[in-house]
Amino acid sequence: MTEPDIDFATDPDDYRHWQLDVDGPVATLQMQVDPHGGIRGDYELKTNSYDLGVDIELHDIVQRLRFEHPGVKTVVLTGGLDKIFCAGANIQMLAGASHGHKVNFCKFTNETRNAIEDASANSRQVWIAAVNGTAAGGGYELALACDEIHLVDDRSSAVSLPEIPLLAVLPGTGGLTRVVEKRRVRRDLADAFSTRNEGVRGQTAVDWGLVDGIAPASAFEAHIAHRCEIRGAESDRPDTAGITLAPLQRTIEEDTIRYGTLSVDIARNTNAATFTLAAPTTTQPTDGAGLHASGPDSWLLQAARELDDAILHLRFNETEVGTWVFRTTGDPDAVLSAEAPLHDDADHWLVREIRLLWARTLKRLDVSARSLVTLIEPGSAFAGLLAELVLVADRSFMLDGTWEDLDDPPEPATVRLSAANLGLVPMSNGLTRLATRFWGRDDALAAATSTIDTDLDAAAAAAVELVTFTPDDLDWDDEIRLMLEERNSFSPDALTGMEANYRFVGPETLETKIFSRLSAWQNWIFQRPNAVGPEGALQRFGTGSRPNFDKRRV
Amino acid sequence: MSTVDIDAKIPNNVDLAGDRRLQRALEAWQPKFVRWWEDLGPSAFKRNEVYLRTAIDVGRDGWANFDHVEMPDYRWGIFLAEQEPDRTIAFGDHKGEAAWQEVPGEYRSDLQRLIVVQGDTEPASVEQQRHLSLTAPSLYDMRNLFQVNVEEGRHLWAMVYLLHRYFGRDGREEADEMLERHSGDDDNPRILGAFNEETPDWLSFFMFTYFTDRDGKYQLASLRESAFDPLSRTCDFMLKEEAHHMFVGASGVGRVVQRTLELMLEHDTDDVHPYGGINLDLLQKYINFHFSVSADLFGAETSTNAANYYAAGIKGRFQEEKRDDDHQLKTAYRNVPLWEDGQIGEREVTQLSALNETLRDDYIEDCQKGLDRWNRMLADAGANELRLPHTGFHRDVGTFRDTHVSPDGRAISEDEWNANVDAWLPTADDRSHVQSLQVGVNEPGKMAGWLAPPSRGIHQKPIDYDYVKV
Repeated sequence: MTEPDIDFATDPDDYRHWQLDVDGPVATLQMQVDPHGGIRGDYELKTNSYDLGVDIELHDIVQRLRFEHPGVKTVVLTGGLDKIFCAGANIQMLAGASHGHKVNFCKFTNETRNAIEDASANSRQVWIAAVNGTAAGGGYELALACDEIHLVDDRSSAVSLPEIPLLAVLPGTGGLTRVVEKRRVRRDLADAFSTRNEGVRGQTAVDWGLVDGIAPASAFEAHIAHRCEIRGAESDRPDTAGITLAPLQRTIEEDTIRYGTLSVDIARNTNAATFTLAAPTTTQPTDGAGLHASGPDSWLLQAARELDDAILHLRFNETEVGTWVFRTTGDPDAVLSAEAPLHDDADHWLVREIRLLWARTLKRLDVSARSLVTLIEPGSAFAGLLAELVLVADRSFMLDGTWEDLDDPPEPATVRLSAANLGLVPMSNGLTRLATRFWGRDDALAAATSTIDTDLDAAAAAAVELVTFTPDDLDWDDEIRLMLEERNSFSPDALTGMEANYRFVGPETLETKIFSRLSAWQNWIFQRPNAVGPEGALQRFGTGSRPNFDKRRV
Repeated sequence: MSTVDIDAKIPNNVDLAGDRRLQRALEAWQPKFVRWWEDLGPSAFKRNEVYLRTAIDVGRDGWANFDHVEMPDYRWGIFLAEQEPDRTIAFGDHKGEAAWQEVPGEYRSDLQRLIVVQGDTEPASVEQQRHLSLTAPSLYDMRNLFQVNVEEGRHLWAMVYLLHRYFGRDGREEADEMLERHSGDDDNPRILGAFNEETPDWLSFFMFTYFTDRDGKYQLASLRESAFDPLSRTCDFMLKEEAHHMFVGASGVGRVVQRTLELMLEHDTDDVHPYGGINLDLLQKYINFHFSVSADLFGAETSTNAANYYAAGIKGRFQEEKRDDDHQLKTAYRNVPLWEDGQIGEREVTQLSALNETLRDDYIEDCQKGLDRWNRMLADAGANELRLPHTGFHRDVGTFRDTHVSPDGRAISEDEWNANVDAWLPTADDRSHVQSLQVGVNEPGKMAGWLAPPSRGIHQKPIDYDYVKV
């Protein structure tokens, strides 16, 4: 058993950078980054700047607030240092990080910001940024992820996005997009704001739409409390006990990761990881109360948490494993029974949280820079929620027939859609994966949808276009092997670009724009000498030398 | 079908009886092949017994079994040369690594394409030659035609075997399409242009087997070097059979030369047309034509595809392992022809990018050997010698496309070309003269008047043996 380089599992007892105080319906989260608590040792996390480790804790907090604190209706995010809210991502950390790490880091921090917005919008746990000092770059982006931003009016605290003037890069966690799309700041003012390294203070910040309110230091606490009262009153979250997200039981070996409901096996020759998700094997709760009683041990919650952890682990620790293959085992009916509360008790707070966790986890797959392949074989359980793994795939293969050579051939595989596929776990484009698959083809969507609750064999699944290819047992092994080998031979960059182009069909949303612009613009800028070259701004930052830019516009 | 039945029906050394997938694939394909043979195989003498060689094994005794058989009952088999233990890759980026026993996914599409292009030529030539049996100059020649035809059919099987066994569903679809494309079909033509021309007469047939089948020999020989071991072994065995096709061409043209000389001496004239012979200048025009269109089959002088295939290890050079160089060719150079400013020049390129030209050079050298043999006969009689035209003559592919080069290798004007083309390439009159000589001769031992009998029969049988029972 080995320890991963980067571990996403953490616990409130282990937090180094955050202070969480829960007082009835209000939780206050203070950011107080330990300068010596960085993941790498070659930088100090001064002035509440963050690295991945700080964000892993934040991600854990966002998650636990939802599951462990159902009574919390508002979360106040504030700075725990004098005159500083948050200085954003640590520049020395970025300057020393590989390109791949920077991109992965940005993707993860974006997902956490999205999870904060998801909490405000869908969990009714409203995040309020109490910007009690300077919020620069990623610091202001963190505030932007909250539902309201309030800035202390002390003649010095400002919000700013100084990336362009100081670092020659873009804000990496959706800042530009949120300024105009979420906060509706006028584009010319946004332009002025984003090129002014000292940022904007006080009433101007309100006037430009950069913050929702200001208050002098003496009245700031009362101002925030008042906002919490108003927003808390709108929330439907119950005053009840939460469940504890006990640590995941996980064994990580060289080429295998085992969880309770999931195992991941890595084939180094093809750089492919096979995720095998097991359907429930025990009786599962039928409603929210039952799920509550099961705590973290219901299949519905455990499977989502385990899948989420595995995705993050592979993204950061297995960067050369470029293809993720999804298999399932077990009884499809057991999956459908387990997901029943999602349909039958949808308003229960915990049911809602579990559903939203599945939605976020599946979205993580959508934005993962990996080829996603799903294999549907006899003995699999691609029903309902797990059928999303068919729809998430860049390509799927379904065995036509069964394993003829076995003495006792199993029943042929089936796929079955349920109501879970019709809106419970939408993609970042706001559509179901089914609707995205059939974008602009209403007849095809209707045909696929009409099969709901019906077992489809390979021919039927192919007929309604739910699967890509349906080889029989004679071809299966070769087809899969050749596909995996071929995939492994292509440029990873080109594949990532192609896959992202094809995955996000249909309308743009705040989320899709954030990810696509991160992928396109920020990744481009992160590669350019003006940012990362020896005379570029990231390298020169803090050295006293000015960067030397190649002035040609591209 | 029982194991015994399968192996009897389809002789093989690929454990067909133990490979359920292959059996099923072939069961679906074989009836299509039989139908194709009925529809587009030889149009006459379909049910006559022909003295044919059938491969039933790859060993010395197995690969050449002779017996009378009706062609539809011919046992098309699947044979790979014996596996060489621990074979390693001889060239390219994978040089020194173990040869591949399965298709690497990385090269699936390239390998499949090469096999499809090669495979497509095999049934194509059967289609091109389907009416020739009606005008066979002797039963001996008719038998040779049919031998070539059934072996082209077997070569199709060999390629289909590879597609079925190693390329999954895509491979099966490609195998079907090889029977759905037809030579000269406007909508579904054969892949390579030269295989869409009908073979109208027996002189063309001899020329085709001499020049065009020889391209096949060189393609197969370079595929025999492939890192993909099953392809290598398949081609190795096909080359044994291909040698007979070369023989049919070389001896066929040689017999025409011999007969022409006889008529020239007998009548003391160079113009033997009135006496039912073929003049040497007409023969030269046929050589010019068939050599130049076959030279096109090797592709352009420089080719990134060929370089990629070589670097990947999927297609080598002729006799790759006998060559004394680094087998990477990235830093070795050679000159290739270049048409520039209306002149024939050269330019230096890496050997890696010039593999087509290198293979064509090897081919031309081989072609010349037959001419040397014929020319010895001509020299003895004091006649002018036959020559291969310059490589730039009448080319439709590569640097010489849309240029005018004389057979002796001069860059010439369009006017000069137009003034001489009838002296260099067969005219309609030439072809109709050859056509006029095409009369079927179906009596054992008898020959049409325009070619000499062979020096000996097939498999120690006499020349007047009933090679085809009519």
